[in-house]
Amino acid sequence: MTDAAVPLVVEGMTTSIRLQGRLHHVVRDMSFVIRPRETLALVGESGCGKSMTALSVMGLLPPAASITAGRVLVDGVDLVGADEATRESLRGDRLGMIFQEPMTSLNPVLPIGFQVGEALMRHRGLSKRQAREKARELLELVRVPAAAERLDAYPHQFSGGMRQRVMIALALACRLRVLIADEPTTALDVTIQAQVLALVADLQRCEGLGVLLITHNLGVVASVAQRVMVMYGGDVVESAPVAAFFARPTHPYSSALLAAMPRIEGGSQLQPIPGQVPPLGDMPDGCRFRSRCPLAHERCAALPPMTPVAGDPDHLVRCWARSDA
Amino acid sequence: MSAVTQPRNTVLSRALRTPGLAIGVVIVVVMIAAAVFAPWISPYDPDDQDVMLVLVGPESGHLLGTDAFGRDVLSRILWGARISLTVGFLSTAVGVAVGTAIGIVAGYYGGLVDRLVVAATDVLLSFPQLIMGLLLVAVLGASLTNLVIAIAVTAAPAFVRLARGSTMAMRERDFVDACRSLGYSDVRIMFLHVLPNILDELVVMASLWLAAAIRTESTLAFIGLSVPPPTATWGGIVREGFDNLLDGPWLALFPSLAILAVMIGLNLIGDGLRDATDPRAPQ
Amino acid sequence: MIRFVIKRLLVAIPTLWAVLTTVFILVRVVPGDPTMVILGDQASEAARAALREKLGLGKPILAQYIDFMTQVLHGDLGRSLATNRPIVDDVLAVLPWTIELTLASLVVGAVIGIPLGVLAAEKRDGFADWFARIFSLAGVSFPAFVSGILLLLAFSVELRWFPVISTAKSDDWFGRLRALVLPSINLGLLMVAYVTRVTRSGMLQALGEDYVRTARSKGLGRRLVVWRHAFPNVLVPVVTVVGLYLGVLIGNAVLTEIVFNRPGIGKLIVTALNQRDYTLLQGLMVVSAFAIVIANILTDLTYGLVDPRVKTA
Repeated sequence: MTDAAVPLVVEGMTTSIRLQGRLHHVVRDMSFVIRPRETLALVGESGCGKSMTALSVMGLLPPAASITAGRVLVDGVDLVGADEATRESLRGDRLGMIFQEPMTSLNPVLPIGFQVGEALMRHRGLSKRQAREKARELLELVRVPAAAERLDAYPHQFSGGMRQRVMIALALACRLRVLIADEPTTALDVTIQAQVLALVADLQRCEGLGVLLITHNLGVVASVAQRVMVMYGGDVVESAPVAAFFARPTHPYSSALLAAMPRIEGGSQLQPIPGQVPPLGDMPDGCRFRSRCPLAHERCAALPPMTPVAGDPDHLVRCWARSDA
Repeated sequence: MSAVTQPRNTVLSRALRTPGLAIGVVIVVVMIAAAVFAPWISPYDPDDQDVMLVLVGPESGHLLGTDAFGRDVLSRILWGARISLTVGFLSTAVGVAVGTAIGIVAGYYGGLVDRLVVAATDVLLSFPQLIMGLLLVAVLGASLTNLVIAIAVTAAPAFVRLARGSTMAMRERDFVDACRSLGYSDVRIMFLHVLPNILDELVVMASLWLAAAIRTESTLAFIGLSVPPPTATWGGIVREGFDNLLDGPWLALFPSLAILAVMIGLNLIGDGLRDATDPRAPQ
Repeated sequence: MIRFVIKRLLVAIPTLWAVLTTVFILVRVVPGDPTMVILGDQASEAARAALREKLGLGKPILAQYIDFMTQVLHGDLGRSLATNRPIVDDVLAVLPWTIELTLASLVVGAVIGIPLGVLAAEKRDGFADWFARIFSLAGVSFPAFVSGILLLLAFSVELRWFPVISTAKSDDWFGRLRALVLPSINLGLLMVAYVTRVTRSGMLQALGEDYVRTARSKGLGRRLVVWRHAFPNVLVPVVTVVGLYLGVLIGNAVLTEIVFNRPGIGKLIVTALNQRDYTLLQGLMVVSAFAIVIANILTDLTYGLVDPRVKTA
């Protein structure tokens, strides 16, 4: 097995949630790998299962949800069958996460320095004093000004951008193999967005970190990711290297997403995607996009497999209409 | 408006699905029936003394035993329910009515009136409730009317706060202005339009305060500050039992259980109503 | 922090003034002729006149008010009508007993209520949750004298584990502690109920917050997530509730002292009532209102300790 060399392997993962006694699949048969220094972007509208994917991998699903099939291998260890102690020992040590809400994701009653260094005390057995020293270094690494003096400050004394930096320092405290960043920049203004992304990229270069970047911002995808996965209604509908994706978006939903993206240079009109994502209980059988798809056909009642686009094994699409092309 | 006040039938149907509320209603209805029908259902005259049967236990024709004067404890508890429940209901009614009226007026007009009312409420609330009631009864003299007044005074500030807060929130919304533009008088707006909208909250809090009022009455009676003897009150019987704790523990036990039952019943009703009217509660 | 304390004390001054005025009105003005209250309506006119003289009731009401306020400002609550001892001395003699009881009941409330509330929130609708609901319903339903008598019947009369009369010499520490057990449980029951309720609902909210998810993402175990990350955020509502119900607690302390025959402010109040000791009653009223005001200040100061947003504001 070469799995141990690959920080994160997800194979056929299905996540289901129980609502009013019925089981709904919010992520279906998802597979991907993240290699060192690689950034995989996961894109789609809100509610498409992006965050559920992240929480599944982290093992932080809400009580009503659980992984019902597949494997999640972190450094070769399958988290799905593992006991809670094993998962806890990997979480924060090999596998870390930055959440989308910097304003609420830090504990208001604990000092910043403590929160940043806590994972080191948990996983590396550092003393309080050592963890504090490390926290200072980490805060300097993410360029929090006057880090030494701010170790004892509380989250409410930080701006949103600074809090997101603290969140990054907190997530990266141990030498992570994989970082999951769930919309790390949506709550921030544009200049700070760029700084935060540059920071993550720096860390990837130095530490060999693999990143799963969850975003609905295709501009961000174009600038930082190597691979893209597009999700719709819990299914991966297209998976491709970034260049190939922007050059030849193949799934109708991918094309619609790109058409809906504002461009600085282009005078072309913004085209909103018609219709809405159906509610969980009302998902159509087969391809879930068919209720909004311009190419919908009778075949679409059966779920299409992921097939290569133009013979390229790296560029896969899940569409009957586009796969024979 | 219907966005705020839920339709009655949903509140009612939710309330009926709460087992606690149903149990509470049964307990309280039984107690009220006992009080109302006391003259017909009590086996003895509550004041009849039987010197041959002093402090006998639950036997010898006295279901719950007799007290230190040979009076039938069951009969005294049944008659005592009349005093406890009457004082409880009357004082809560007076406290709610006066407190709500003051609160609505203060919240509606704002300004100086409001500030004075708030200051007065704050001062009244800085006395421990029981000690305030105790001092008032001591100063006014122990009688049924004075008990009602004293307990009502301790209850009113909470309702001033509630009614004032809700009225102010109501004023922020457009319909008060709409009523004004229709030429309605202030009094009409306050009591025909504002009051019905805060009724749910008032009812919930009143049911909890009813428990507090009955507790205060029995507590004052226990201290010796209720309707003077030989009239039976629950707190008074407990006191007599307490003074004879080693000779006749049942004398304290049974009226204690009666008080406890009413407290539990009213608290179940209050909690049940609160859950049923709480818009944040899961459907 | 010191500036905060001073500011808070300054804010309390008008409240204290209003409280004193209210006591004055209740005691001197409401009854009409206080000698009727003290001596009853059977007393002779000569006895009444003597008492009026003694209480200074002959003066105009405003002069009486000024006398009363000056006296209190000098830390003097007057002398007891019954014993002629300074009231301040009588109060100070029993105050430690009442404070000891109140503090012990707060400890009982925290030690039982907090774990129970946390457990109930963690396993919602589970066994602990139902137990917590029944316990807190009982806690708010028991009048203090009823629960006290039931405790006394069960543990002192039947089981004989504790003395029926809960007094002990002050140097007998074991005896004093033993005498404190039942009364503090009795007084603590209500606190347990309130603390359980507010802890449960606070924890339910806190456990759903984003920062708890962050804590779990670090690989922290259940115990650290619950107690280090979620629980400190619940302290503010817990402190609020404790502060809010201190008045009820003081009222219940009176009853607990009567039932368990403990010396304290409560027993003193009953003595004053029985002896129609008017000035003593007035003094005790002032003391208990002051206690509430001080308790409110302490509550506000505690906020500063448990919530960094208050401390650094």
